[in-house]
Amino acid sequence: MALEVDVEKTYGAFRLEASFRTEGEPLALLGPSGCGKSLTLKCIAGIQRPDRGRIVLDGQVLFDSAARIDLPPQRRRVGYLFQQYALFPHMTVAENIAAGCRGLGREERKKRTAELAAMLRLEGLEGLRPRQLSGGQQQRTALARILASEPRAILLDEPFSALDGHLKWQLEPELKDVLDGFAGAAVWVTHDLEEAYRNCPRVCVMEAGRTGPVRDMAALPSDPRTVVAARLTGCRNCAAAEPEAGTGRLRVPQWGASLRAAAPWRAGARAVGIREECLRPAAEEDENVLDCAVVRRVEDVSAGVLLLRPRGGGPDAPLLRMKVEKGAALPEGDTLRVVLPPEDILILE
Amino acid sequence: MDWFPLYNSLRIAAISTVVIFFLGIFAAYYIAKAPRLVKGTLDVALTLPLVLPPTVMGYLLLRLLGPNRLIGQWVLEQFGVKMVMTWWSAIFATVAVAFPLMYRTARGAFESFDETLAQAGKTLGLSNAYIFWRIRMPVCRQGILAGTVLSFARALGEYGATSMIAGYTPGRTATISTTVYQLWRTGDDALAFRWVLVNVAISAVVLLAVNMLERREKAVPGKGVR
Repeated sequence: MALEVDVEKTYGAFRLEASFRTEGEPLALLGPSGCGKSLTLKCIAGIQRPDRGRIVLDGQVLFDSAARIDLPPQRRRVGYLFQQYALFPHMTVAENIAAGCRGLGREERKKRTAELAAMLRLEGLEGLRPRQLSGGQQQRTALARILASEPRAILLDEPFSALDGHLKWQLEPELKDVLDGFAGAAVWVTHDLEEAYRNCPRVCVMEAGRTGPVRDMAALPSDPRTVVAARLTGCRNCAAAEPEAGTGRLRVPQWGASLRAAAPWRAGARAVGIREECLRPAAEEDENVLDCAVVRRVEDVSAGVLLLRPRGGGPDAPLLRMKVEKGAALPEGDTLRVVLPPEDILILE
Repeated sequence: MDWFPLYNSLRIAAISTVVIFFLGIFAAYYIAKAPRLVKGTLDVALTLPLVLPPTVMGYLLLRLLGPNRLIGQWVLEQFGVKMVMTWWSAIFATVAVAFPLMYRTARGAFESFDETLAQAGKTLGLSNAYIFWRIRMPVCRQGILAGTVLSFARALGEYGATSMIAGYTPGRTATISTTVYQLWRTGDDALAFRWVLVNVAISAVVLLAVNMLERREKAVPGKGVR
């Protein structure tokens, strides 16, 4: 089942322009907090109305501003897993699940509720109320309730934001299993690259209300293409850049550098990036060498990080981060010559 | 002792509580969702009876419902019914005076309602009526219950506006509050005191009932609002 989304909405000073298509496997909608991911989901579910655009699910138009179609959420058959699960607090687990079984008779409803409770390992908890459940049990109840409504698409809004880190590891595979057994479209909203990488084969990066192209998840870390995607994939060193006339090199004013990159410059590119683990001390014959002051060294759990200020860069330019071995002797205040290997330089939009 | 005032007070309070319940919830639900300006204006208008002296409310009601006034005259001509000085005239007074209590407490409850519950209900295909009566109302029940009981208590104790619009006719329009005043005025102190005791007893029972309900809410694990 395919889900096609192309919507625009102005929300105060915020502008949403979301456009993507997904079919089958879960699509990760990846972006920093406040970039419009949840708003996009709400537009798909019919809880928020876009100003313009079109939403088509499984061939059925859910919303089309031009044709004045705007199906109420009740008729969209889009399941929504809310961040806090939105379980009905005055109903038991069984009543919550049964509330999702639309248009079924009493007996069928009972049967279906029992089936779903068994499938999501909620047996024995049917008589409890939501606040007597653990976070994971609440999530499974919410999922059972969604599945009871037989949706054609499931939207997951930061499904683990309400849970502790260690619980997340336990529950994530379960959620993935449920989604694997689900035939419809699924959109998984998260700001966590690792979570998206583990669970979604396709990804759409979102930034300040705009969606990028839908891409293969596996290609994202090695080829992030945009500054936001680079940051989300852990690339900490990004700076504005432009091609130098005639030399084929790139001018990076914030670092006071002129660099050669192995990858070609693209139309629309505006910045370069390099991961902190790719920086290394320079030898005599290296190119792309920067003279840096060691401003600070930070001990991380598994490695050290040096914060470097390029000598030729601006005084308020962001510091370069360079990963070093733990305990390496490099006192603050020293000068360090570092190399930015041309093959590790990312060209970013 | 003639028990008519007790019976009359209770039926007036009961009927006006039913009216206030639906009016208050209706007003609270729509005003909680209204744009700011509308909300502010209606809020002041609907809360005014709470702070105005009951005699002012009585005066305003008489100006509307009196036999020569706008509504009173029309009803008299159309149906041949006088709207003042009957036992049920007091219902207008008690509704007007007690309504803000229901409206304000219900609005407070609706405003603290987690809208994602209603949104979840919609995405699950539940009708708006189901969401209102089976989700929103039960989740907000503590506020709504409190508003209902307060309205009942206020309606039961209403004196000022009631005495102006329904007067005091023994066996016809007398309520506990108007009876107490009348008995005291005519010097029947002993009987007045007995009615005072009756009133105190009823009010105490009502408040006790509220407290017990609240305690039960707390005692049952997992019950009540998150």
